[in-house]
Order: sequence, then C-alpha cells, then structure tokens
Amino acid sequence: MGNPMTEQTQTSNATPSEQDNTGKKSDIIRVEGMHKWYGDFHVLKDLNLTVAQGERIVICGPSGSGKSTFIRCINRLEEHQQGKIIVDDVELTDDVRQIDTVRREVGMVFQHFNLFPHLTVLENCCLSPIWVRKIPRKEAEATAMEYLERVKIPDQALKYPGQLSGGQQQRVAIARALCMKPKIMLFDEPTSALDPEMIKEVLDVMIELAGSGMTMLCVTHEMGFAKTVADRVIFMDGGEIVEEAPPHEFFTNPREARTQKFLQQILAH
Amino acid sequence: MAESTMKPPKKALSPVKWMREHLFSTWYNALLTLAVGYLLVTSVGPLLNWLLFEANFQGQDASDCTGAGACWLFISQRLNFFIYGFYPDELQWRVDAMFLLLAIAFVPQFIERFPGRKWLGIFGMTGLPIIGYFLIPGGTFGLEVVESTKWGGLMLTLILAYIGILASLPIGILLALGRRSEMPIIRGLSVVFIEVWRAVPLITVLFMASVMLPLFLPEGVNFEKLARALIGITLWQSAYMAEVIRGGLQAIPRGQYEAADALGLGYWRKMGLVILPQALKMVIPGIVNTFISLFKDTTLVLIIGLFDVLGTVQSTVTDPAWQNVAIEGYVFVAFCFWVFCFGISRYSQNLERKLDTGHKT
Amino acid sequence: MKKQTIDSRPAGPKPWYDPRVRSLFFQVVAIALVFWAGWTLVENTLANMESRGISTGFGFLDETAGFGIIMSLIPYDATMTYGRTFWVGLTNTLLVSAMGIVAATILGFIIGVARLSSNWLVAKVSLVYIEVIRNIPLLLQIFFWYFAVLGALPSPRQSIDVGGTMFLNNRGLYVPEPLTQDGFGLVWWALAIAIAAVVGIRIWAKKRQLATGQIFPTFKVGVALLVLLPAIAYFAAGSPLEWEVPALKGFNFGGGITIIPELAALWVALSLYTGSFIAEIVRSGILSVSKGQTEAAKALGLPNGLTLRLVVIPQAMRVIIPPLTSQYLNLAKNSSLATAIGYPDLVAVFMGTTLNQTGQAVEVVAITMAVYLTISLSISLFMNIYNRAVAIKER
Repeated sequence: MGNPMTEQTQTSNATPSEQDNTGKKSDIIRVEGMHKWYGDFHVLKDLNLTVAQGERIVICGPSGSGKSTFIRCINRLEEHQQGKIIVDDVELTDDVRQIDTVRREVGMVFQHFNLFPHLTVLENCCLSPIWVRKIPRKEAEATAMEYLERVKIPDQALKYPGQLSGGQQQRVAIARALCMKPKIMLFDEPTSALDPEMIKEVLDVMIELAGSGMTMLCVTHEMGFAKTVADRVIFMDGGEIVEEAPPHEFFTNPREARTQKFLQQILAH
Repeated sequence: MAESTMKPPKKALSPVKWMREHLFSTWYNALLTLAVGYLLVTSVGPLLNWLLFEANFQGQDASDCTGAGACWLFISQRLNFFIYGFYPDELQWRVDAMFLLLAIAFVPQFIERFPGRKWLGIFGMTGLPIIGYFLIPGGTFGLEVVESTKWGGLMLTLILAYIGILASLPIGILLALGRRSEMPIIRGLSVVFIEVWRAVPLITVLFMASVMLPLFLPEGVNFEKLARALIGITLWQSAYMAEVIRGGLQAIPRGQYEAADALGLGYWRKMGLVILPQALKMVIPGIVNTFISLFKDTTLVLIIGLFDVLGTVQSTVTDPAWQNVAIEGYVFVAFCFWVFCFGISRYSQNLERKLDTGHKT
Repeated sequence: MKKQTIDSRPAGPKPWYDPRVRSLFFQVVAIALVFWAGWTLVENTLANMESRGISTGFGFLDETAGFGIIMSLIPYDATMTYGRTFWVGLTNTLLVSAMGIVAATILGFIIGVARLSSNWLVAKVSLVYIEVIRNIPLLLQIFFWYFAVLGALPSPRQSIDVGGTMFLNNRGLYVPEPLTQDGFGLVWWALAIAIAAVVGIRIWAKKRQLATGQIFPTFKVGVALLVLLPAIAYFAAGSPLEWEVPALKGFNFGGGITIIPELAALWVALSLYTGSFIAEIVRSGILSVSKGQTEAAKALGLPNGLTLRLVVIPQAMRVIIPPLTSQYLNLAKNSSLATAIGYPDLVAVFMGTTLNQTGQAVEVVAITMAVYLTISLSISLFMNIYNRAVAIKER
C-alpha cells in the first residue's frame, strides 16, 4: 500500500504541492530517505514512509530502535540531517517559519505528559491557541472545555496538573494537543509511564479519537490497541523500518525474523 | 473499618529524665553541659545588666548616662539621623510614607492566606519603586527637591538594597538566558560578564564606580555619587542573580521545553510563558538569600563616603559630646540588620520547605 | 536525482527565516555592541585622562612610593617603588585570607557538628551563634572588634600581661618570637624521619590487613611518632631554641612578633563570620547523607565511630567541599574590607593610597581586579578538577 505511493511522489516532486493538491491530496506526511545521526551514531537509516489523511499508524520495536526519535523528527523536536520530511505540503527545512507552521498542525503527546505545572488544566489547554493561533481567550476556553469533555475530565479544568492522577494528566495532555486543532497527532509512548489501571482510560480516549478520523502516529507497546485501531503497523529495529503491514497480517504472519522474535517476546507476557 | 481508639503509649518525660537524656547522657556530654552552662551563666547575667537593668534610657544628653550599663540615650537622641540621614525634618513624612507602603506590600508575604498578598507583592515590585522615584527626591508634583547627598541612614540602606535587587533581576534573567543560549558568542559574553563580577569584591566595584565611572563617561556627563554606587551594585548583583536564576532554569525538566516547542511557541513565548514562571518561582528562596547578602553588603558604601545606617552611626560614635558609645551604636545597627535578615531568612526557609513538598506531590 | 533534490527545495529558506543565519546575526550584533561600548569607553577615558593630565601606562610602578605601610611581610620602606607596594598589599591579603581560612574552617566544623549534637544545650548555643553572627553585616563586626573591643584596650604602659611573655594593648598583641639556634636542624630531620615512618607504617598496616585481617592502630602510633621523635631530637640537641620576649622600650614594645590590632580585628571578624556559614554547610552536608546509609552501615554491624568515618564523612565531604570552597573565596574577597579599618591589604594599599597618589585609576583597578580574578579562577579550576574526580568515583 505504501510503496507505490512513495514511488509516484518521488518521480513527481518537481512541484510537490501542486501535484499533491490535485492528485494525491490524501498524503499528509511523506518521509523520504531520511537519515539522522547523533554525533557519529547513525540512529535513523533511510526511512521512507507515507501517511494518508486519516490513517492510523502504530510504530513498535525494541527500545533504542529509534522509533521515538523518528516521530520527534516529524515535528522537528529532533533535526534530521539527510532526506526529506514533508508534513501537510510543508517541507521541514531550517526555515523557522515552516517549522512553526508544521508545529501548529501537529499535536504531540509525550510519555511523561509534560503538562505545565504552574498553569491550571484549562490554562494549559488555552496557552497555545491564545498565543500562537491568536484566538480570543473566551473562544479558546470554550474550545478547551469542549475537548476536556471529550477526554471526560471537564470537572478538573480549574485544578493544577499536580493534583491529578497520571491517567487524568495524560488525558489533559491529549486535550491540550487537540485544542490547537491539529491535522496530525503524534503519540510518544503515551501509556508507558502510567500505572496499569490507568492505561485503559487513556487508550479509550485514543480509540475514540481514532474513530473521529484523526491522522495518528503512535509509538506504543500496546498491541491490543494496534490490533483494534491501526491501519498499519510499522516495526522498527536498529534505526530501520524492518516491516510494515496491516495489523492482522503483522500479527498473524510476520515476514521478517526480527519481527517474529520481537512479537514472541512481547506476546509471551 | 472501625477507627481504632487505641493511642500510642505516651512517653512521659519528667524534667529529670529529659535532662538525663539531653544534657547528661554520657560523661563527656555532662562535662560539656557544665562547661557551656558555666560560660552562659557568667556571661548572660552581666550582658543583660548592661543591656537592660543598668542601662540608661531617660534624659537629654551624655551627662544623664550615669548608670553602669549601656547609654541607650545616645540612640534615642540620634535616632532621627540614623533613620533619615540629613533628610529635612519637615519632609520626612515622604520617607515615612514609603516605609508604610513597603510594610503594606511585604508584611503580608509572611502571613499565609492573606487575601491578595500576591498582588501586594507585585505592587511592591512595580508600583512602589515608581512612587518612591517621585516621592523621595521630589522635584515634581510641587514636591520640594531633596538632593541625594542628604539621604542617609536606614532609609539609604533600604534604597540601595531595594533598587539593587530590583534592577539586577531583569539583567540577571537576560544573563542567565544568555549563559544557557545555544549561540556560542552570546554564551561566552555572558559567562565572562558573570564570572568577572563574581570574582571581584564589592569594594573594588564600588571604588571603580566612584573613581573610574567618571573617566568612562563623555565629558560633561556625570552621575551623583549615589547613582554611581547604585550602578556598581546593580552590575555586581546581577551576576549573582544570573547564577541563581540559571539554577532554576537548569532544574526545569527537558520535557517542559519540548512540550512548549511541540505547541509551536517561539523562543521568547516559551521562556516567558512556560519556563521562566516556573524557574523564577523555584528560585524565590535563592533570590531572597541574595537579597539578604546584598542588604548586609550595602554597609560597604560608607567606604566611598555615603551615609548608610552604619555610616551614620560610625560618624556619630566618635562625637566627643558622647563618650564610649561605640558599642551601643554597633549593637543598635546589629539589631536593625539582625531583625531584617533573620526575619527574611526565616521566610525564605519556610518557602523552601513548602516548595520542596510541593514538588513531590 | 541530484537535480531533483535541489529542485524540491526551490529557494531554501529566506535568510532571515534560517535559524543559523539568525543566530549568526544576533551574535555579530552582540560582538559589535560590545566592541562599540568598549571603544567608546576607551575613547572617553583617554580623552578624560588627557584633559586631567593623567599619563597612561604602567611606568608608575617603577616610581618611588614615598609612603610608609604599617605592616609588611616582605622588606619595605618608603623609598621603594609603587610596584613594591603591590606585593606588600598582596602578601598581606594572602596572609589574612590564609589565617582566616584556617580559623574559620576549624570553627565552622566544630560548630557545625555541635549543632547536631545530642546535647541539647550545646546544639542550642551553636544555633544561636550561627543565627546571630551570619545575620549581621561583616563590616559592622569588623568595626566592633576594631573600635569597640581592641580600641578599648589599655595603652602600652598599662598593657595586659599574659605570663610575662605576651602583652596585649591597643597597639596590638606582642608574642615572643622563636629564634632557632645551631643544632635545630636535627629537629627538622627528626620530623622528616617521623613523617616517612608514618607513611611506611601505613603502607605496611594496609598490607598486613590484606594478608591477615588484623587492623593496626595507625593513627595513634602515627601521632605518637610525630610528637615524640622531634621532641627527643629537640632535647638531644640541647634545646636549641630561644625566645625573644617583647619588652617595653619607651612608649612601645620592641622585639618579638607583633600582631597589629587591624590584623587581629579583621582576622577575628572574618573567622567568626565565615565560620558561621561553614557551620551551616557542614551541618547540611552531614544531614544530606541519608538515614538509609547510616542504617545500612549499622545493619552491617559497624560501630558508630566507624560508621561516621567510613560511611558518613566521605559522603558528606562531597556535599560540603563545593560550597566550602566558595566560602573560602568569599573570605578572600571579604578580606578587602580591611580598607575600612586601615589594615594594609591589596585594596587598601594599592587601590587606596597608590591610586590616590598616582591617579592611575584604570591601571590600578585593572591590576587589582586581575588579582582577584586569578584567585577566583584558580579556585574554580580546583573545584572542577575535584568535581571530575568525584564524578569518576561515582561510576
């Protein structure tokens, strides 16, 4: 599914935006031949990925495989040194303006929530809409309340993050990202730092979000979530994309030896 | 679950038992207790006698100091000078008004749950200095001019410390951001600035401000001595401030920076809305501590000829009309400083404890 | 393919949107500002100095100073140069700093440990000492000791006599000066041998412990050796040491060693003041070693003394040493308060009298600041080396 698209776009990227607007409108993320190094350490090797609008992708792999680094490149929290990343027709280059544009359109949820502890839940959600999108405070607060209701914690709006449980904090973090009305949501191991009984409440919110047609890239070890929600599962190891398949195929009939070994280890538990 | 009504057995400590446990637990503890106790008994009695029981409080001049104890008369007679310096008597209401405002702004900070104490604090940092800028020197709004050479005493001490800390705060923030910047030249310049000022004693800075500043400025431009001292103090203090604030910036987890980036906030918004509010709150105890040390260090201005509270006392203890009042004078100044510094340091310790627990939950 | 990649980035970012260009721009602006400010300052200063008839350069250092200094560790009199006054001031600064550091450290460690004493009275007295002393300005304390205490001492004729050998009056403290005679070299040799023997015993004791597990009382034997050997040598050589006792000659004392009141007041005030800060550092350093560590040591069966020596102190020292060095630095800087009472330290002599007489403000201030910068940077350097050593141990 992914490969023919990549080829097509590669052959016709003289004026990518025009082409995409007419032909492949559904392509929202394109990563082409992307490499990244930390010093001399080659973390990401020749990654290619195309994500269509509304697609839900789960990225998994052993720790240190570069999966977090990869999605952090997509909103430029990490810089890539070679290849191209095009998000919503905007290529990520050194251009500050383009980085800002991409970050506006891409929401991110972190493993450790990273809520701002000095602001209330509501203020956390309104900060960026007010200062970056320049939305009037009233309107921003109304939107924020809407999203807080969607993640089922409108009653906590005036509390500070420190007063909430981990699961609640992570749901606030999702609401905060949604308040920017992003086109894409990135999830960087959103449930890894949570106690087991809180994982479900966060996954429920993510499943609901997936049902609404949001484009999602999730780095996660929750294989159940991958099975029910993902359109595609990507397996990374050693900084490479090893395998890429729809979930039923990925789980029942993995092609690569490395994938098989990884699945054995994970499903043994 | 039924609430247990059982209480832990109380360990009743009789005075004798308490003393055995806390004063005479071992033979060397007993010896130590006796030695220290002896020293205390022999020194505290005469000290109290001198300070209070045999001291002189009533009278007009030195001849009324007949008792064997301290001559507090000297302090009460010269109190006006020690507080206001040469500020004209009939205009001292202006200084009093500032003292009052200062108290209104900052005393509530010691009382938890005082309504609106945050706003009073903000007023103290912004409105108060503006009012003071017009009120103390005069010259506007029909207020009579009082030259800065007439300012002195406790009032001058407070002005120096207050302006020093307030002015050094923004410079310190910029320097701290500069030192953590990714631009090597900006970082280098900040490091050099900070380290040079921190390396030299305040006296050399004050000397420099009073001797060299006039040389640095174009001919015809000159500042009063007080302004020169303030420039020196501010530059010096901002280096210390920068290091305190840098500590706070370093303590903010990386995730906060990343979350702000991911939301698309630019550098200044990220710093202004997310990082600095947290970092500054975290370092309030540190800022208060630098304030305490600056407050004590303001006494050094007497070396370049300004009359702070120690300066006014030092210049009067040699007055031949009063004999041997040096100790009284020093005890008075020491008491002034001690009350301020001890009170403020208690406040910052409380804050530290509160912040400590606040972060764990 | 290559052409295509270039095509895909039509123009690249506009320069003013490229963070690298931006950062370069800011840095160039910063450098330009600094240079502009520096240039203006230099220009103004040169113009001002010319109009005031002040010459520039360091030539004044070779001119005759022509003023006396009340205390000097190196030979000095008024016929010597301004350059010499610099060295006199510097050695005086180093002297009072070193004396202060030693006294403040001893005092601080005693008070800091006393603050944690199980003896209620001792702990409270230490607390009162710390809270009183560190909340009173140092300058005030110096004044107190100099004017109120030492200034109230009697004149030389009514000196306080301590055992007929030491005399205390308002001109200072006079103590006998030891004069070594022929044969004193033997004592030095004995001391050297004792030190070598202690090192040898230590190595031997360690080896024996490794082999047999027996612990040798190195410390006690070492102290005994260090005291006894030189003492035996001293008496064997026929007590080759004479004391020059100060004696009243005319209006003042002569002979012996004089500690001038300026030095004494500065030393006492600096030590007491810095000692109170060091006490707090020591206390929090000891408290920083978590209770779990003491408990673990006790669970292993170590007695209290060994727990302290092997577990608590090594960990506490790591916490104590960095702030301790910054207190030393503070003490060295605070010694410049000498100016206020006339102790001839670097700032008083060089930045004070020399500057006033020559008017060479820029040069003198620059030299003085450079001295303090050197002291400070060398202490920082030492700190960094120390931190690195500690960090390696942690792995």
